[in-house]
Amino acid sequence: MRSIIPILTVVAAIFAIWFVGSFFMNKQWTLDQAERAGTTLSFSEVLADTMTQERPKLPTPIQVFDELWETTGAKVLDGKAMSKRSLIYHGWITLSSTLVGFVIGTLAGILLAVGIVHNKAMDMSVMPWAIASQTIPILAIAPMIVVVMNSIGVQGLLPKAIIAAYLSFFPVVVGMVKGLRSPNAMQLDLMKTYNAGQFETFWKLRLPSSMPFLFTSLKVGIAASLVGAIVAELSSSPLAGFGGRMLSGSYYGQTIQIWSALFAAAIVAACLVGIVGVIQQLTLKKMGMAQ
Amino acid sequence: MGGGVSQATVIEAKNLDLTFQTNDGPVHALKDVNLQINKGDFVSFIGPSGCGKTTFLRTIAALETPTSGTLTVNGMSAEEARKNRAYGYVFQAAGLYPWRTIAGNIKLPLEIMGFDKAEQNQRVERVLELVDLAGFGNKYPWQLSGGMQQRASIARALAFDADILLMDEPFGALDEIVRDHLNEQLLKLWDRTNKTIGFVTHSIPEAVYLSTKIVVMSPRPGRITDVIESTLPRERPLEIRDSAEFIEIAHRVRDGLRAGHDDNA
Repeated sequence: MRSIIPILTVVAAIFAIWFVGSFFMNKQWTLDQAERAGTTLSFSEVLADTMTQERPKLPTPIQVFDELWETTGAKVLDGKAMSKRSLIYHGWITLSSTLVGFVIGTLAGILLAVGIVHNKAMDMSVMPWAIASQTIPILAIAPMIVVVMNSIGVQGLLPKAIIAAYLSFFPVVVGMVKGLRSPNAMQLDLMKTYNAGQFETFWKLRLPSSMPFLFTSLKVGIAASLVGAIVAELSSSPLAGFGGRMLSGSYYGQTIQIWSALFAAAIVAACLVGIVGVIQQLTLKKMGMAQ
Repeated sequence: MGGGVSQATVIEAKNLDLTFQTNDGPVHALKDVNLQINKGDFVSFIGPSGCGKTTFLRTIAALETPTSGTLTVNGMSAEEARKNRAYGYVFQAAGLYPWRTIAGNIKLPLEIMGFDKAEQNQRVERVLELVDLAGFGNKYPWQLSGGMQQRASIARALAFDADILLMDEPFGALDEIVRDHLNEQLLKLWDRTNKTIGFVTHSIPEAVYLSTKIVVMSPRPGRITDVIESTLPRERPLEIRDSAEFIEIAHRVRDGLRAGHDDNA
């Protein structure tokens, strides 16, 4: 609770800068319009106009949150929550490919990490490729994945989920390799004195020891997964999801729509990371490993 | 001296040598080690750091492999003995799993060795009682003091009924008072279970108080300089440490350590 005042201060500062920015960026259009109409405007008239333009260069926070409400809460009240003009509909599209991609990416990441820890050949060969995979710009590879999958008849959610998985598996691999290797020499020797096999050492020692590392990776992974899903939506048709909203907004100069989709995506990301964080706390507390 | 216990040889090392290859060149950790440990012996290994006492214990446990020489444990090679789960090993740190209760930690070796559930519970009860932790089975490690945690780790090593107990400075990290108490308890436990115990320490009083046989070692290269058979009775109250006999044995240990030190000077 003590942190609430600093947080509010920063938020207030951001909004203040944002309003000032809106005024200066939108001012020129207002003045041009007035000049063309042959009128001169007082400062207060200019200020009022910059805050309420239909296609501002930089929409004000009020316009963005108005749009957010119009496309979410207001739609629910109208009973049109899943209409194509509703951000809830688009959010669900993004969220579903994010979650499917996150699950695929997490499983793939854990499997790769298990292989890397137990197999010397995989240790030497997989890690460089995993790192290389992350140096390829996702924006370049996403359309190719969509096209390739489309040509073999896979459409809809799966290609987007795979792009999401492509971004989210990496932090899981890195975290889990570190986590599975976290038991110290003494703990491994102890298992050896019991003549425990690799499977038992994995199941009873390595896997439980890796949990704090896994959750840290999952937090990064789920946010990366959302980014992947949005990038995938920029190159898939029909235009839908947060990515689709941003793209169509930029086609038609609907800056308010772009910004509201951006904010909605940020809110969803924060919620997802928050949910993983809560599960992390509960699990680690139950395991006696809470920091 | 060993009481009325049978004198069967449990551990025997002949001309044992161990050299570690490190980046700074070879390190001669054990040189020409000859030792015989009989059933029911309480053997302490004492010496300055780097004398190979822990290495020798780890070699008995087949956690290190000797470069040359022979080592038999229960009449077989150390590796076979490890696979037959011939010994329980207690490390310097308790190393309990934080995600398991005390009972769960003690069950760890039992699960790996495939004991059934009823047998597991029965054994947990028995060893908890042996180390004086009855009723603490459901507690988590963090709820216990350091001394209690180390007792739990001894219980874990006792749970599967190995005849040999190897202990690597198990009380090194504990304070003097707790240590005295645990030493007393360990002697009682040894008396009740008649196990063969190998015990690494760097404390002279601890070694003299506990042991039937004290192995004095010295470093560079790690070797045995003296083996002292204790003349103290099997029954040892803490006060025995003030007796003339005790002090005399402690003297001999100290002389052995000094001689090993002077060789290097």
